[in-house]
Amino acid sequence: MEEAAQHEEQPSKAASIFTTGPLRIIASLIVPVVAFLVLRWSFIFMRDTDANKLLIGLVALFIGVGAVWALYLITDNLVSLLPQRIGDTVRPFVFVGPALTILCIYLVYPLVRTIYLSFFDARSENFVGIENYIFALTSPDMLIAFRNNLLWLVFVTGFVVSLGLVIAVMVDRIGRWEPVAKSIIFLPMAISAVGASVIWKFIYSFQPSPRPQIGLLNSIVTALGGEPQGWLILKPWNNFFLIIIMIWILTGFAMVVISAAVKGVPAELLEAARIDGASEVRIFFGVIIPYIRGTLITIATTVLIMVLKIFDIVYVMTSGQNDTEVIANRMFREVFVFRNFGRGSALAILLLIAVIPAMIYNVRNIRETRS
Amino acid sequence: MNMTPQTRRRHSRSWVNRLLSDIPLRLTIIIIAFIWTLPTVGLLISSLRPQNDIQSSGWWTVFEHPFEATQWTLANYQRVLTTDAMGDAFLNSLLVTIPSVVIPITIAAFAAYAFAWMEFPGKAFLFAVVVGLMVVPLQMSLIPLLRLYTQLDLNGTFLGIWLAHTGFGLPLAVFLLYGYISSLPEEIIESARVDGASPMMTFTRLVLPLSVPAIASFAIFQFLWVWNDLLVALVFLGTKKEVTVVTSRLAALVGERGEAWHVLTAGAFITMVIPLIVFFALQRYFVRGLTAGSVKG
Repeated sequence: MEEAAQHEEQPSKAASIFTTGPLRIIASLIVPVVAFLVLRWSFIFMRDTDANKLLIGLVALFIGVGAVWALYLITDNLVSLLPQRIGDTVRPFVFVGPALTILCIYLVYPLVRTIYLSFFDARSENFVGIENYIFALTSPDMLIAFRNNLLWLVFVTGFVVSLGLVIAVMVDRIGRWEPVAKSIIFLPMAISAVGASVIWKFIYSFQPSPRPQIGLLNSIVTALGGEPQGWLILKPWNNFFLIIIMIWILTGFAMVVISAAVKGVPAELLEAARIDGASEVRIFFGVIIPYIRGTLITIATTVLIMVLKIFDIVYVMTSGQNDTEVIANRMFREVFVFRNFGRGSALAILLLIAVIPAMIYNVRNIRETRS
Repeated sequence: MNMTPQTRRRHSRSWVNRLLSDIPLRLTIIIIAFIWTLPTVGLLISSLRPQNDIQSSGWWTVFEHPFEATQWTLANYQRVLTTDAMGDAFLNSLLVTIPSVVIPITIAAFAAYAFAWMEFPGKAFLFAVVVGLMVVPLQMSLIPLLRLYTQLDLNGTFLGIWLAHTGFGLPLAVFLLYGYISSLPEEIIESARVDGASPMMTFTRLVLPLSVPAIASFAIFQFLWVWNDLLVALVFLGTKKEVTVVTSRLAALVGERGEAWHVLTAGAFITMVIPLIVFFALQRYFVRGLTAGSVKG
């Protein structure tokens, strides 16, 4: 990284300041304070000034990144002032400490706190036991959200993995156009869910009957002699129109990963099957699928986890209206619209519980590979 | 995505056979690719049409007279960038995204180095915690952090969202960089130590430059993640025009101007420009980064 090159001169300079007599201790105390003050000043500057945004950006980047590096270099220097034995014990924590601190503030503490808050009322004042969970698991609104989440999980995962697999096997055989085809199908993955939602909202656009249909779907329907529909208010099918967006986004991703696995199927295996007279369909089900089972499971799990937390598409397309609510969107609305922190927390915990198997699997996996 | 020239096996069937089975195959692929592109193309074409045209006819009608200049205009972009504040949002997005990529990478690289090449008590446990945190849904963190930010006056500030993205991206960053850094040859690290290099020097002069491929993959993943993120931006930055980013601005436009497709199509395309450039320019890293990062909470 370039920062490394820019900063590597600093430790020696800093060290020479520190190593001159009693100034050391004073410097070691002053430097962090000054660094903090500079940060504080720049923070206020950035917040309040009307200066050119690009300028602020550059200042922010410079100070932000510089400060992070300075933090490490300064503490490392301080540690090298310690007696060597103690220094060696402390040094790993200089490297790993900031990361652990941030993880504690941003993930570990909130996790504990959210569990705690989920047993309190809307304003986190009175203990209400499992009332929030009872709401989350039994209220009619939430049951619809659960049903929808289930629809999302089943249909997105099912379609993404099977479409991804079929396309991966197909593009493997088209020769030099393979990269182009893959790029085209993978492209939606680069687009934000918000952008994708606008794209599809335009496709689903509906105008009352005599006016011309500018939405692709309604114009196809009317061209075929059908009646135009407001697809996004058409219960319960509107859920599927949202689900299609996610399938459009993720299929390319599954296809690329599966394609790499398909290329790993040994040619001899396929040849042998062909010599035995197996049809392409039988080879697909009998040779390719069993060989890449591991990849398929990984992809399915990944997609499941992504879909479980689906928020953006629902937020932009329908805000959960007309029975399209999902858990993550409801959680957002509980917190920011209804101001019910207890229920919001309980919903977050439900999402967490749903990913626990994946968590355990990951940790166990890493334990095994390390030992 | 395999961008190298095709070197893999050829099917050992007669050419007649191949031709017969290849035509339907190719046709299917072309149809799929066509369907997959159509939504984006429709958006792009519409964003370049005058407002009245968009509202009175479908975008596909441009193909009746594609070279008629009156059909095309940049007015929608001009309008959405200025009146609808998309221009400011674009700058804000850059301002949010770049530090949100650089800071976690720096912090994660230090941590990954320590996990890979240093000994300290509780290392295995701490690493397991990092891995476990990787799939934690970030919804988990929103409420407590929101309150913390209110106390610290960090709501609606860039600093606040940088740190939030740093926190949420860190487990994955540590995990990915650890995977790479721990697989560097032991002799290199050892010889640096024998030559008297301090751990800091080994890290900055040796390990970081060697880790550029892993850093690049994560950087692209994180860049797109932050750029495309809506939830974190809504929660910690809000929708005020001075700070809001392209995604939340676009989401707000959908709410404010439901059927004003001249604004929405141009706005949507502005949110997509940078990701598409990254996609086409850095495709190989892009795929690697996305694949590796897909487990992020």
